[in-house]
Amino acid sequence: MDSTKNTDVLDLANLYKDSVKADDRPGFSGFIIAKEKLFDIAKDLRDKYGYDYLSCVSGVDYPETNSMEVVYHAYRSSGGSALVFKTQVERVDPMEVPSLISIWPGVDLQEREIWDLFGIKFAGHPDLRRILMWEGFEGHPMRKDWKEAFYEEEAKPLKSRWPDGNHKYAEAKAAYGDNINFEAGFDPEKWTPTDPEEALYSALKKYQTEDVDGIKTDHLLINMGPQHPSTHGVFRAVVILDGEEIVSLKPVMGYLHRNHEKIGERNTFLQNIPFTDRLDYFNSMYSAWGYSLAVERLLGLAVPERAEYIRVIFGEMSRIQNHLILFGMLWNDLGAYFTPALYAFEERELMLDIFEAVSGSRMMCNYHRFGGVVRDIDPASMQKIKELVYERLPRKIEEFDRLLSENEIFVSRMKGIGYLSPEDCLAYSVSGPTLRAAGIPYDIRRAEPYGVYDRFEFDIPLRYNSDLLDRYLVRIDEIKQSVRILQQALRDIPEGPVLTGKPSYQIKVPAGETYGRVEAPKGELGYYVVSNGKGNPYRYKIRTPSFVNVTSVEKMCVGTKIADFVTILGMVDIVLGEVDR
Amino acid sequence: MSINELNLPDFNIPDDMEGKVTVTTLDRLYNFGRRSSLWPMMFGLACCAIEMIAAQAARYDMARFGMEVMRPSPRQCDVMIVAGTVTKKMVPSIVRLYNQMAEPKYVVAMGACASSGGPFKEGYNVVAGIDKYLPVDVYIPGCPPTPQALMAGMIKLQEKIDKQSISKVRWYQKGPDSVEIAVPFLGPDLIDPRRIPDIKAKSAELAVAAVAPAAESSTEG
Ligand code: SF4
Repeated sequence: MDSTKNTDVLDLANLYKDSVKADDRPGFSGFIIAKEKLFDIAKDLRDKYGYDYLSCVSGVDYPETNSMEVVYHAYRSSGGSALVFKTQVERVDPMEVPSLISIWPGVDLQEREIWDLFGIKFAGHPDLRRILMWEGFEGHPMRKDWKEAFYEEEAKPLKSRWPDGNHKYAEAKAAYGDNINFEAGFDPEKWTPTDPEEALYSALKKYQTEDVDGIKTDHLLINMGPQHPSTHGVFRAVVILDGEEIVSLKPVMGYLHRNHEKIGERNTFLQNIPFTDRLDYFNSMYSAWGYSLAVERLLGLAVPERAEYIRVIFGEMSRIQNHLILFGMLWNDLGAYFTPALYAFEERELMLDIFEAVSGSRMMCNYHRFGGVVRDIDPASMQKIKELVYERLPRKIEEFDRLLSENEIFVSRMKGIGYLSPEDCLAYSVSGPTLRAAGIPYDIRRAEPYGVYDRFEFDIPLRYNSDLLDRYLVRIDEIKQSVRILQQALRDIPEGPVLTGKPSYQIKVPAGETYGRVEAPKGELGYYVVSNGKGNPYRYKIRTPSFVNVTSVEKMCVGTKIADFVTILGMVDIVLGEVDR
Repeated sequence: MSINELNLPDFNIPDDMEGKVTVTTLDRLYNFGRRSSLWPMMFGLACCAIEMIAAQAARYDMARFGMEVMRPSPRQCDVMIVAGTVTKKMVPSIVRLYNQMAEPKYVVAMGACASSGGPFKEGYNVVAGIDKYLPVDVYIPGCPPTPQALMAGMIKLQEKIDKQSISKVRWYQKGPDSVEIAVPFLGPDLIDPRRIPDIKAKSAELAVAAVAPAAESSTEG
């Protein structure tokens, strides 16, 4: 794995001899910290050693060794590779590890997710509720011994389907004839319904006001979503309002929780690639990259030059298209209903045509493979890309920019709204354009280059006001830089094969762990993959930018008007496939 | 539908009325109005919704069929396009939205997920197809269906509307004009109120089965 080679990684085991040991399982790296010392050492890591950015927190279940593990990936915002540290608990309920929320507030939602899916409690977390499933759901589904209703076998390909294929409906095999499961003896008539929302609302209780001077005033509680035109999907926010001002806000999610991780751990490695497409469904060309990167590291597989360039080309096209759609939807939210979106979709359609020509599908490209890409770009599509990149896009971006960016209403709705200080951005593990609009030049393409990004000349666009307008302008600049990268990539792309080795659908991946992260259009997209040497991933954790960036929404919104919430959320650029996974 | 199709050709119109009068049936006129202004609900669940938006945009332009008016409020729309994966957490809201729609109302299941659970069928939080709860009129295959496929599906729905008769449709019959669907709720798992006796019987059976081997072994021992 990469980080073991790096010399800039701190040797924790030497620094804290009695409470830390290096993780010496074959293929693993990082350090195992005794959980009693975790909090103190984490504090030192941030304050003494400069690891100010905690990117990813993952839970892993190891029933064979009777332990559960929490894995942290911390970075320095000045760049460099990850410091991986872990802590282990005995696999007996109740399990508890200290919460790091007071050191890195960005772990908030991630810790809640681990509680929800693994049942590990985080001592000191102020609001430890379930997040993706509902309160009252039985069991912690990501545990290895938890079986879903349609469970057949630990790993695919399922014997009932392959190779003989005597397929029966899953419904016919499930106990209740449907995708539901209850404890034996469960009686729905005697069961007393508990309100799944109760914990949520009681978390907001403290915001009730009292009678002041005999005048009865109260804060207003409003639910936005899950069906709301401007939440960009099935996102829900519960806000407490004082007049029009937001006093408190709680994001509620899980309405699109499609169990990527559980399904992913039953799938073969290769079968997961089409699933990554469905995470950020605007950017399937980028989503798969992080995953291929992670698995390629485990396999020690090199990617042919041409394939690397192709990845960059489609990745950057995808970024342009993502930002354009974001602008279109932003204008929708601001009231310019659908016209700007039509402009955005015009460019997007042109790119989708190319995606469809090379991959066979407009949106769900399923294009990456371990060790390359599945198909070369045909000459006709190459020609189209060139026309787009050299002729059309620069012109259209200019047009978009001139038409919209200085519009007075637009500017007054955006300027100074949704401020988040640079310190908070780091603390809340914000990534992507939002981070760079706060003046922090952190872009994984530079901070920890992957692919061939180190060969291109491009700038990391920066803005310093950290408000909505800057987040918008950073994205405009980013599009221009993407065009620049594209032009260089198209100029330099070599001939050659696009895939290492023979395509095979059933690969065995050597045991070990890895974390592959890329700078996706929405921010840091990482895959924490653990393999135990078999044909399917033992742990497949997805760290998505949308999910982690939502952590900071409350901070940005408090004190602004309710109408601004819509724009702030729009500029965080979430996509629900990623938030809920 | 052109004016010629609307007209009943075998009815003779006197020469001096030609071009001024057209003769048709109430059904045709009624259906012509409804099928030409199918307002979908602005309601997207997942990836499929993006293709739905693309179908609304300039290139595919669903406005040509009178389907461009997306309404966020269920009260104002005629058809619910279930575009995306239906999850257990979301399905109570979807059923509630459906109940809030006024008749006549239609449901289109767009994509593999809404039709059957699709790639995520085995997921523990996924409902394997919206037709477990709502009556679906048209299923559109694909993951995601292309905008063309969506339009083909909507045209199928128009054809269905064409065949309805004002004297037979359920919302003009005696009795309540709309049938409410029992809203599922979230317990230890998703509970469909219509299936409560069923679930009770099955779980009792499982409890007996779980006790039986234990009892057997204890008598043996
Ligand atoms: S059918 Fe495919 S594209 Fe549509 S919601 Fe399901 S996974 Fe997404």
